[in-house]
Order: sequence, then C-alpha cells, then structure tokens
Amino acid sequence: MTTVALPAVFVPAATRRLARTPAPLRRKRRKHRLFVLALMAPWLLGFCIFFVYPLIATVWFSFTRYNLLSPPEFIGLRNYTFFFTSDPYGLQSVRNTLWLVIFVVPIRILFALLIAQLVIRIKRGGSLLRTIFYLPALAPPVAATLAFCYLFNPATGPVNQALAKLGFGVQPLWFSDPALAKPTLLILTVWGLGDVMVILLAVLLQVPVEQYEAAHLDGANVLQRFRYVTLPFISPVLLFAAVTGVIQMLQFFTQAAVASSVASGVAPVGGGLGERLGYPDNAMLTFPIWLYSKGFASFQLGYACAMAVMLFVVSFAFAAVLLRKSRVFLYGAEQA
Amino acid sequence: MTTVDLPVAVPAPVRAPLRQPGRRRRLLTFIAEHAIAIALALMFLAPFVFIALTAVMTNTQALTPDVWPNSWRFDNFVEVFRTAPMLRYLTNSLLYSVLATGFMLLSSIPAAYALARLRWRGRNLAFMAVLVMMMLPPQVTVVPMYVLWARWELTGTLWPLILPNLLGDAFSIFLIRQFLLTIPEEYADAARCDGCSELRVMLQIILPLAKPAIAAAALFMFFLTWNDYFGPLLYTGENANNWTLALGLANFRDLHRVQWNLTMAATLLVMAPVIVLFFFAQKAFVRGVTLTGVKG
Repeated sequence: MTTVALPAVFVPAATRRLARTPAPLRRKRRKHRLFVLALMAPWLLGFCIFFVYPLIATVWFSFTRYNLLSPPEFIGLRNYTFFFTSDPYGLQSVRNTLWLVIFVVPIRILFALLIAQLVIRIKRGGSLLRTIFYLPALAPPVAATLAFCYLFNPATGPVNQALAKLGFGVQPLWFSDPALAKPTLLILTVWGLGDVMVILLAVLLQVPVEQYEAAHLDGANVLQRFRYVTLPFISPVLLFAAVTGVIQMLQFFTQAAVASSVASGVAPVGGGLGERLGYPDNAMLTFPIWLYSKGFASFQLGYACAMAVMLFVVSFAFAAVLLRKSRVFLYGAEQA
Repeated sequence: MTTVDLPVAVPAPVRAPLRQPGRRRRLLTFIAEHAIAIALALMFLAPFVFIALTAVMTNTQALTPDVWPNSWRFDNFVEVFRTAPMLRYLTNSLLYSVLATGFMLLSSIPAAYALARLRWRGRNLAFMAVLVMMMLPPQVTVVPMYVLWARWELTGTLWPLILPNLLGDAFSIFLIRQFLLTIPEEYADAARCDGCSELRVMLQIILPLAKPAIAAAALFMFFLTWNDYFGPLLYTGENANNWTLALGLANFRDLHRVQWNLTMAATLLVMAPVIVLFFFAQKAFVRGVTLTGVKG
C-alpha cells in the first residue's frame, strides 16, 4: 500500500497527526479492521470461552477440593502432593502412559516409514497398497478395539488358533495378561499407522531424485543414501510425526478403556467403571483414564484438575518444541 | 560429476560381467519387495476379513476355530438392530456429526481466511493460539468445561459437543488456512481492480478455489465426531437415550456377552459408513492429511 501524502496546505493544523493518512484511506482501513474482526469474532469468542477460561479455571480448581455440589475449597498444593506421595494408581497411570509414549510413538513411525518406502518402490498397484495400509487408520477406535478383542481373545480368537496350528505351546492371554496388555495395544496402534504413513509418503515423494542419483554414483549404498539424502529431507516431517504422536499418546483413552472393559467383561459406562478400570492389574490404566475416573466417576474435580495441569505442562512442552523447531506451520506466513 | 571421460578408460569386457549380477539382483529385490508388500497388505486386511466372516456366522460357530462360515447368516445384521437400539444411536451419531461439521464450516472458514489472506496486527499471535488449541489434549480443559455445561443444564445431551463448533475448530482452521496460503494473490488483486469488495473477493474468488480443503476439513470433522468416544462418554454416559454409535458399540458386548457374531456385525455396521465415505472422497482426504503435515 503506497500512501500518497497530501500537501500540508490542505490539512488543518489541528488534525495533522491523523491527516498523515488521508480520509478515504482511513475509512478503508477501518473497514478492513472491521472485516477482520467480523471474520475472527466467532473464533475469538470460542478461544475465550472454551480455552482461556477453562485453562485458568483448571489451574484454580487444581488448588481446591471440589465435588460440583459445594463450592471449591482452597487446599493449596495438597492435590499435587497426594498424587506424588500417596496415589499408587496415579503413579501407575503415569508409568503406563510413559510406556505408550516410549514404545508406541517410535515403533509406529518406524513401521510407517518402512511401509511408505515399500509403497513408493512398487510401481504397479501402489495406490491400492496405499489404500489398504491407510484403511485401518479410518476404523473407529471403538470398532477397531472390539475387533482386536475378538482377534486376540485367548480362548477362541483367530490369533491364538493360528499360534496353536503353527505348533506354539503357549496360548498368550493378550489383553488379559498384565504383561501383554500394553504390547497388544501397541499392535493395535501399529495396525492403524496409516495417518503417519500418508504424511511420510507425501514427503518421500518430494525427495529430489537427482540427489539420489548423485549419491548412487558416488557409491553410496541403500543405508547411506537413506542416512544422507532421505533423512535430512524428511526430518521436519519426522519431528512433526513424533511430537503429534507423543501428544496423541498422552491423551490415549479410547482403545485402553474399551479393551480393558471388554477383556474384563464390564461395561465401560454405567456400573463398574470405578473398580475394574485398567484391567488387567491396572496395566491399561492410562493417565487420561485415571483423570477421567477421578473427575467423573468419583467427582474429585479438584484432583482431576491437578492431573490436567500436569498433562498441560507436559503436552505444552512438546508442542512448544514443535512450534519452535519447525517452520512447517508458519510456512507462507509472509506471502499472504 | 567431473569425471566425464572415465567411462572410456574402463574396458568393455570388464563391464559386461559386472552388469549381469546387477540385473539378477534387481529382479530378486523386485520379487522380495512385492512379496513383503503383499504379505503386509494381507496382514493389514486380515482383521477386516475376520470381522466380516465372523459377523455372518452363527453364534456357536463364532466360538469355534472355524474361519469360514458354515451358513451365511446375513440376518445377523438385522438382529443387531433388534438387540440394541442401534437406530437411535445412529440418529444421535448423525445429529452429532452433521451438525458439528456444518457449524464448524460456518465458523472456521472465515477465521482461516482472515489468518491466511488478510494482513492485520496480531495475526501471527492468533495463529499461534490456534496451533496451541489444536495440540493440547482435550482432557486438559475438560473439568471446567463439564462444570460450565452442567450449569447450563446441557450435560446428558450431545450439545456440549456440537455447540462449541459454532465458535471455530482449531484443527479445521489450521487445515483450511494452510490451503488458502497456496492460492496466488493475483486472483484476488484482479478482482479488486474490477471493483470487487473484500467480502466478494472472499466469497466469489478465493473460497470457490478452496473447495478441496473445505471438503477435507468437513470430512475430517465428520470422521472425528463419528469416531469420538471420549466426548459422548463424558457428556451422555449416564443418559443412554443420547448415546452415539461408538458409545453403544462399546457397551454392546456387555449386553450379549458371548455373542461375538452379533458384536462383529455391529462393529462392521459402525465401520461401514466411514469406509464407504472414504472411498468416495479418498482424494480430498489424502490431500487433507498431507496438507497438515507436509509444507515447507
């Protein structure tokens, strides 16, 4: 926008400051501001009501005892100290969620990368393969989990039947075995790796072919080519996948809740929520499940808020890494 | 590559035997790659096949090691509707998904447009806020939200999950914005020269070009709400009249403990709309996924 300055003669001295921008332009700018405001207003309102307010309220509630019936009562840091000193389920839930973060995130990305590489190399039928590998990611989590409960059910499930036919003596209990419950969840999440795969596929297709050829001529083998050509090119996307994966795992709820309730034979809503949650042996009691059960089964809302604050701190730290480290998001911010 | 005249120096008879194993090796890797790909694809498809086959078995056969159904009982799918109020769940799911998607579009497209194509102070800050909103787990703010909706006496219904979409959805804003950035400004400038107002530039020039992103955002929202379990569990858990399909399905097995055939039939019914929708809109969908992760 180039402002053509009017000669000072035409401008009354009193309005000189305003006069730097001529009236039609000022009107235009005001109109522009109103336009922006009108477009952003719903979001701005939503940001305040559904984000800023609840965030502040969560922090405030976390210092109180609150059960929805009587007003919150300030108790200082007691919710936090209780969590770290005398809540064995709380610490168990942290361990479970940590397990999921440590194993599920890298394994999913690794498999997604391998499959994406494979899909790229296959010329004929590549798009069919892509669809097949993507399909499980679409299955509603409840449905996928139920399917896996059936596939991996110890007595008559097809997986154990196949193991028996192959001559394995042991019949794993899968979701019902405290040691295997989380690994079975891992299999379930690896099956649904399509979301990561599609992103990696898109970026792998953008790796410049000339660099591959150059590396090839220089005598680089497959691994070296991956290490020095592919990896540097796709690393921003890997970072994106890793951070969003971690944040996804921090809120991992549905699959664990459904699997543990189905495997234990208790409905996830209604009666048995309190006692049988996290079956078997609390192996599937993730942090958000414990938060949910504290908040909405036993209505210790202050305590649940203390857990929510911890969840906020950890996930915000990861989100900040992504926002700082990559220009993925702000791409093009200058060009508009 | 500066060694241009090197090939001349290499004697021809040495090169020929070197190529032979290369070709064979290429054939071997070709076969290996395809074999692995096909094996993996079968493994990824297997759960769907088992669900479908079990869904049409008799109840007693579903408990046996058999893979292939003895008799194809397609009326299992009808039976599902008789044993659980699936139609009501379906209506609730549709209400949730359709309204949430519609509301989201109304509120998120304008915000995405302002963030992508208009210059204003605080824009980057607002965009950062959108990103943070998008990335934080919903459980962080869940308690005050529940208290809020309880005060407005809307807990027990799906409205606490539908209404917030009237005030923008962070992920959809992000997705549409990313696409709007890729539309060249020349289109808009040309329209402005012809005397178009900013509103008309938005509605008649830019947004029609953004249809693929808008379609992708709508699809994502539909899938997200259709698949949502945490939200309906939280707000409608105690009121079975307002359960969605996901919630009803999670509780289906408890009503019919050992009836794997019916459970799998119900599972298939819940999966089906998503998968059918995906096949119709695959292109828009994949495009949307890549738009969120691969730029820059």
